[in-house]
Amino acid sequence: MAPRAFAIIAALTVAGLVIGPVTAVILRAETFSGFRPADWQALRFTLLQATLSAGLSVVFAIPVARALARRQFLGRGLLVALLGAPFILPVIVAVLGLLAVFGQSGLVNRLLAPLGVPELQIYGLHGVLLAHVFFNLPLATRLILQGWLAIPAEQFRLAATLGMGRRAMWRAVEWPMLRRIVPGAFAVIFVICLSSFAVALTLGGGPRATTLELAIYQSMRFDFDLARAAVLGLVQLVLALIAGFIALRITSLPVAAKGLDRNVPRWDRTGWSAIGTDAIWIGIAALFLLTPLAMVTFNGLAGITTLGASVWQAAVHSILVALGSTALCLLWALPLATRWGEWLGLAGIALSPLVLGIGLFLIVRPFANPFELALYVTATVNAFVSLPFVLRILRPEAEAIRADYTHLRNALGLSGWSWLRWVLLPRLKRPLGFAAGLTAALSMGDLGVIALFADPDRATLPLKVYQLMGAYRMEQAAGGALLLLLLSLGLFWLFDRGGRVGSAS
Amino acid sequence: MALHLDHIKARSGAFDLSADLMVETGQRVAIIGASGSGKSTLLDVIAGFLPLVSGTVRWAGQDISAMTPGQRPISILFQDSNLFAHLTIAQNLALALNPATGRLRTGDMGRIDAVLARVGLQGFAPRRLSEMSGGQQSRAALARVLLQGRPVLLLDEPFAALGPALKVEMLGLVAEVADAEGLTVLLVSHDPQDARRFASQTIVVENGVVSAPQETAALLDNPPPGLRAYLGAG
Repeated sequence: MAPRAFAIIAALTVAGLVIGPVTAVILRAETFSGFRPADWQALRFTLLQATLSAGLSVVFAIPVARALARRQFLGRGLLVALLGAPFILPVIVAVLGLLAVFGQSGLVNRLLAPLGVPELQIYGLHGVLLAHVFFNLPLATRLILQGWLAIPAEQFRLAATLGMGRRAMWRAVEWPMLRRIVPGAFAVIFVICLSSFAVALTLGGGPRATTLELAIYQSMRFDFDLARAAVLGLVQLVLALIAGFIALRITSLPVAAKGLDRNVPRWDRTGWSAIGTDAIWIGIAALFLLTPLAMVTFNGLAGITTLGASVWQAAVHSILVALGSTALCLLWALPLATRWGEWLGLAGIALSPLVLGIGLFLIVRPFANPFELALYVTATVNAFVSLPFVLRILRPEAEAIRADYTHLRNALGLSGWSWLRWVLLPRLKRPLGFAAGLTAALSMGDLGVIALFADPDRATLPLKVYQLMGAYRMEQAAGGALLLLLLSLGLFWLFDRGGRVGSAS
Repeated sequence: MALHLDHIKARSGAFDLSADLMVETGQRVAIIGASGSGKSTLLDVIAGFLPLVSGTVRWAGQDISAMTPGQRPISILFQDSNLFAHLTIAQNLALALNPATGRLRTGDMGRIDAVLARVGLQGFAPRRLSEMSGGQQSRAALARVLLQGRPVLLLDEPFAALGPALKVEMLGLVAEVADAEGLTVLLVSHDPQDARRFASQTIVVENGVVSAPQETAALLDNPPPGLRAYLGAG
């Protein structure tokens, strides 16, 4: 049976992509040269920044989500939609935006300098935290907002007829919900920050602010110490596996929450102090998230016309990589959109791109020059990393289609091809478009494994922007970042839109 | 002293409701009508869940239209979700006594035990809702409104999920405590027998128009055309 063959091929290649590089890393790490003090420091810093990032994101998300849950105002829908945007926002774009606001000559310093406030320094732990909160506050807000909106309306009616005050509301309604939701939100963000690379690369660094992922990169690029990279990769792998396993026991993978644009009628909290508190939280969150993006756009407008040929070349590379990894990811995802397929895909969460990267490097090196394969490796790794999210989107819909039509399919005796061509693909069009958009945008903005492999001839756009930044050509970097932002959002929009037009469901 | 709906109009989505009537203090009044006629909307207006378009709601001469549900001299028994399922009965009743913080103050436990005894639930204070039968949950909900101590009680088909015998028993209990406390009670029901049993007066709601209270027995023995169609030829 043809479909089964596809499923087996897909499963074997995904499993091979897990087992091969991991084996290569383990074998190489066996020539164990010992864990140096710097490595211990990287491990400690990784855990510290992940804990603080997750904690801060969740703590700030609680009042923001509460304000969004109980207020109706112009632009609320747009703001809630924007909370989903960081998922597809290239890290390097956000970093440039944050630098424009909080950096040495950024907005905040320029505003505070006349007041005699000492200059804000963004590099180091607090810069890493700032960027992580920028990316994960929206995620935490969405998760907690979901919890708030899931509280039955009857509970608020009962609270209203009792005339319950703030503290009673907290004890009886809000705290029980938060106790259910917050640990999961914390765990997911902790896992995400655990394998933080691009943020640490751009805003961290130095012995005091190096994550394990960054240490892997440094031992590859600067020292070319493959054994040490492998040892670090092994530690990162074990750490991510443990944390990922715990996180998935508490919660599921967050992708796209539905129904966040409604709000629950409540009859409490009409006092001016409550309205003021909510307005302040919504205002701060909107400013914090929107100002950096506005700055990137503003700064980029001047630079985008001055971009050199090498930047456009990198943009072409990035588009090709994005399209390639989208195609590969969907080829994997369609036959794997089942329960066990989703479990297999979760490897994409546990295996960090850099671990995968050194594994592939070790495998390829005896046969070819790994640097020549940089773009192929990047496309493959990006597809692999997106796979769990894509499966999370596709599986429920694919299973519903199978449940609805398997009898009809058997009654008609449809071939695997007819089923795919006339039933599965047309009915999956909408989630497929969304998943493809997500993969393309994620891959477009990725600054991970490419940094490990790249040489000047094979840069992607995010790497090129990073190199321009490193060379202090900030105007060109801003122009490149704007181009990257437009391309990422554009690809997402095109695929998502394509899925919506004339979709069957 | 009376509950006065003075030329009120309200709107819920595309549905309009109008009423102009008075319910005397201490009366037990049934509200009947077809589903979708506006019975629950009427309760929402009185309880303060739905704002008025025009008119005023008065209790004992005082305009209560602008009050929040918690400020009104009104307690309500919903169809379900009358207590928080994740809290114990004692914690739920503490919320009724002290809605600002939900904490038990000294002396509260005595009042809780007393009211539980009154509804036939001695010793149920530490239980959770999930450990109780439907009838027991209804009794606990009644204990909640008794502790709130408000003069007007609204019942939105609260015992619909119970069996017929249990429902009759609960309505009897409500009637008994309402008389003892001097409560004014409005009961929404789709069952004319509830009205006969429980309420000396009945309000008919039809297509968003609310009639004034009439004698239940006379009304049901000789129903006007709209009500006759709803009740059926029997």
